[in-house]
Amino acid sequence: MRTIEKKIFQEAIKQALIEMNHELSPAFISRLASAKETETGTVSKTILDDILQNHEIARKGTFPLCQDTGMVVVFADVGQEVYFSFDFESTLNEAVAEAYAEGYLRKSIVDDPIHRRNSETNTPAITHIRLVPGDQLRLRIAAKGGGSENMSTVRMLKPNDGLEGVRQETLKAIKNAGGRPCPPLIVGIGLGGNLEKSALLAKEAILRDIDDKNPDPELAQFEQQLETEINELDVGPMGVGGETTCLAVKVNTFPTHIAMLPFALNLQCHAARHREVVL
Amino acid sequence: MKLQPPLDRRTVRKLQAGDRLLISGTLITARDQAHLRLVEEENPGFDLEGAIIYYVGPTPPKPGHQIGSSGPTSAYRMDQLAIPLLSRGVRGMIGKGERSAELREALETHEAVYLIATGGAGALLASRIKKRVPLLYEDLGPEAVYRLEVEDFPCYVAYDVHGNSIFGSDRQ
Repeated sequence: MRTIEKKIFQEAIKQALIEMNHELSPAFISRLASAKETETGTVSKTILDDILQNHEIARKGTFPLCQDTGMVVVFADVGQEVYFSFDFESTLNEAVAEAYAEGYLRKSIVDDPIHRRNSETNTPAITHIRLVPGDQLRLRIAAKGGGSENMSTVRMLKPNDGLEGVRQETLKAIKNAGGRPCPPLIVGIGLGGNLEKSALLAKEAILRDIDDKNPDPELAQFEQQLETEINELDVGPMGVGGETTCLAVKVNTFPTHIAMLPFALNLQCHAARHREVVL
Repeated sequence: MKLQPPLDRRTVRKLQAGDRLLISGTLITARDQAHLRLVEEENPGFDLEGAIIYYVGPTPPKPGHQIGSSGPTSAYRMDQLAIPLLSRGVRGMIGKGERSAELREALETHEAVYLIATGGAGALLASRIKKRVPLLYEDLGPEAVYRLEVEDFPCYVAYDVHGNSIFGSDRQ
């Protein structure tokens, strides 16, 4: 067994949350910068420039990238040989609360979906915990804003709808969402499993390395084709029209039932705040 | 183009969808919860005539700063409650994203404009806010109503009074 200390666990989460709210991944920024070069519309180009300037200011550490500093989502892959000398969930939430207080991040979580009283700590986080072989803890952490989450969706397609059905549903949803999810987007698609599994797959899809390539050649080609078609919708940065509606499409799949083709679409805004931590 | 609130009808009529504006002067913040209360408020403590409402819920200010990250929130959530404020003289709103057909009609009726600031550019926009004064509903936290003094605050005209739109979806 390998013991993970409470302090190390908490500090890692705190640091990741404060950092990600001020700085995006270099690979993501490089995609934004190339999009700005190729964008031909006057307004759309200026908006991409606003977004890049915003990143430069946020990196200095005074102002977070976006005022919506998000709901915290944590995928924890826990090695079976790892021992925690503390309560996992409550310690994680303490770390989130400390990060949002010390980092001057906005507390956006209400304690009940109907009565809506602010929890004042930005907790609870949403956790997805999985047991895996080994003695390491892998955390994929996101601070996910409300605007893009509100434009996300789950649909139960029919098996014969196939990839063509997925394509049509995706294009329709992104066109209808327009500027509201804050494009340019990362488009995460989850296919298969069941209702909740498809949503998890879509969320994991947006957390993928933006430069990775789908190991399935058919899906890799589908991702490329869909990216091109989405960028032909003329939604553009913040919906003002233009060629930059998405920076990547990622499709994650899982086996499913003979009667089902669950489809989930999770949209990631251009403030793509993710970090991966291995302890 | 430079713009200074309060806005009169003549100024508003000149604005065209797609214009880039740099606003200097006063903005009033209000979002979901504040709108619920503002439509009933008899004495809001600021002059609605010609005012620009900014849909924002900032992050807390760091010590020594007036405000935290301050980008726009989605405007469509305020569509219904914005209309009574337009009839009381509000002449501009700043948010992000497309809005309803009813709201667009009300802009033409009341001669007001909907502006967008770049969503997710909260750090850039905060750097143009020079002062923040609480006005109403401090119990709402980030949703309270504040008076902001801004300098060269960058926005785009999204819907003008002539029925034009900046959005790609409206051009198809």
